[in-house]
Amino acid sequence: MSELKKKRVATKMVPVQSRAIVPDRDADKSPILECHHLGIDFGGLTAVNDFNLMIGRSEIAGLIGPNGAGKTTVFNLLTKVYQPTRGTILLDGADTSKMSTEQINRAGIARTFQNIRLFNNLSVEDNVKLGLHNHIGYGMWGGVLRLPRYWKEEKHAHESAMELLKIFEMQDLAKAKAGSLPYGAQRRLEIVRALATNPSLLLLDEPAAGMNPSETAELMDNIVRIRDLFQIAIMLIEHDMNLVMGICEGICVLNFGQVIAKGTPDEIKSNPVVIEAYLGKKDKKKKKEAKTDG
Amino acid sequence: MNKLNLSKASRRSFMTYAVVIIAFIVLQSLAAAGAMSSMLKGLLVPICAYVVMAISLNLTVGILGELSLGHAGFMSVGAFMGVTTAVSLQNVVASKELRLIAALLVGALFAAVVGFLVGIPVLRLNGDYLAIVTLAFGEIIKSIFNNLYLGLDSHGLHVSLLNNTLNLDEGVKPIIGGPMGIGGIQKIANFATGFALIMVCLIIIFNLVNSRAGRAIMAIRDNRIAAESVGIPITKYKMMAFVTSAAMAGAAGALFALNFSTIVANKFDFNTSILVLVFVVLGGLGNMMGSIVAAAALTVLPEALRQFADFRMLVYAIVLILVMLIRNNPTIRTFTAQLRRGRKGGAKS
Repeated sequence: MSELKKKRVATKMVPVQSRAIVPDRDADKSPILECHHLGIDFGGLTAVNDFNLMIGRSEIAGLIGPNGAGKTTVFNLLTKVYQPTRGTILLDGADTSKMSTEQINRAGIARTFQNIRLFNNLSVEDNVKLGLHNHIGYGMWGGVLRLPRYWKEEKHAHESAMELLKIFEMQDLAKAKAGSLPYGAQRRLEIVRALATNPSLLLLDEPAAGMNPSETAELMDNIVRIRDLFQIAIMLIEHDMNLVMGICEGICVLNFGQVIAKGTPDEIKSNPVVIEAYLGKKDKKKKKEAKTDG
Repeated sequence: MNKLNLSKASRRSFMTYAVVIIAFIVLQSLAAAGAMSSMLKGLLVPICAYVVMAISLNLTVGILGELSLGHAGFMSVGAFMGVTTAVSLQNVVASKELRLIAALLVGALFAAVVGFLVGIPVLRLNGDYLAIVTLAFGEIIKSIFNNLYLGLDSHGLHVSLLNNTLNLDEGVKPIIGGPMGIGGIQKIANFATGFALIMVCLIIIFNLVNSRAGRAIMAIRDNRIAAESVGIPITKYKMMAFVTSAAMAGAAGALFALNFSTIVANKFDFNTSILVLVFVVLGGLGNMMGSIVAAAALTVLPEALRQFADFRMLVYAIVLILVMLIRNNPTIRTFTAQLRRGRKGGAKS
């Protein structure tokens, strides 16, 4: 933990373009994700507007903001659950505007969900194998006729699934039904399933929601470990500021669908606009009212 | 570890295979020994057909999680196309069995094509649209076969939706005669083929479910959004399950029709669709063994209840209600759960 912290402090953020920053080790590589002027309207309501972001190849990025700021909407835009009204998303330099959710995943973005979405009636192992779905090489008839390929590929998938479960030491739970797992294990399984799709960018939507401080600390270690192990970029939405300030290298703050600040954890912590968004404006009149009420 | 996993996944399917095989051997030897009532003997092939209908619908409803209310429509397509094939081949292929197999295959093929066409628009949508469209589809198919005239002569195949416009050679009768359906069918269906069809369908379903494609289909049932997020093409796998299900229903229809001397479109109406759905729900969603038992029992039951004469359907309804009550009775549930746990514990030690 302490070692990781040192490493994190050593990371310097450098600007690569006028409005974007990435960790210095990623500066010479093209960013994995670029968003330019991204926006979406639901009827007359603008949920996200003029969202610009760049994420480095091995960056851990944070997306924070008060409730209803549009954070999950940004994830849904990136994974094409919603089609953006405006703007472009470049994944590894390639335009994703024509892709569907399922194609986005194959192109390299995997995600978890705020309210856990597992395949509850299937076993833990099958859940991971579904993550491996596009890496298993036999079709319907191979399965129905049980061709030699089926046995080979299934054995391979079983081994890969077990290896992935080992990251979170869940290999003993492989046979259990996913829906019967305790809450924390379900969250971890969702991350394993997302990792199984072999992404280059992993989106985590409130991974620490409902976890106690020691579980959160373990999760922080695991997120950094996953990044180091798979050499992927991770972007996370989180309300736990210890987690965000502890492991994120670049942070983007969203309020009412607008980016209000971007920078390193230290910059964000001392940014008056961010503090205002979270805590409200210092207002003498309000204070007075509070006093008279009391 | 791997071995144990495989045996666990397949244990249930092997149990189902074993029960079907044992039931076949017992019934066949009873029939051979002449110890079977003629009523039951006449029901053997329909039972097979309904069992296949039930397990195929269970693939759509239980495994894929989409409601289909027009499964009899696919049965109808299979029945008419299968019988047409059998009649057309009457003078070409001498062997009854070969003709029967050809009829089953053609029935399955046509039903699969129709299932594909129905699926193209509907399976792209989410929600209850499949139920609505299949409901309409069943009625449309019934209407089409009620107005379809089809005949075969030296000039080839003639098809018409109007009476008397087939222009067949003199003395040649049409195969499908509109509302009269198909008459004078040679009853070439037999119990052994019905049993073989059940086994083939079971093997296809179990192997599909325990493979990559089956996992994807069940993932769509459990959580469509999550399935999409891990890169599973939803429409493709929905279509795969639905078309497979339709093809099996087509084969069942062909088998069913070749057991009777006449077949009319009105036989495959909404009531038949609901009847098959009752088999599936009563046997348990996703539970093939349950579907088989429910289909067999509920096909025999109305005939066995003939002694109640006018009260037959009343008693039938009461039996259905009782079964549902008993299945959901908490005392009985805990009892069976205990039994299961006891068996597991015994297996471990």
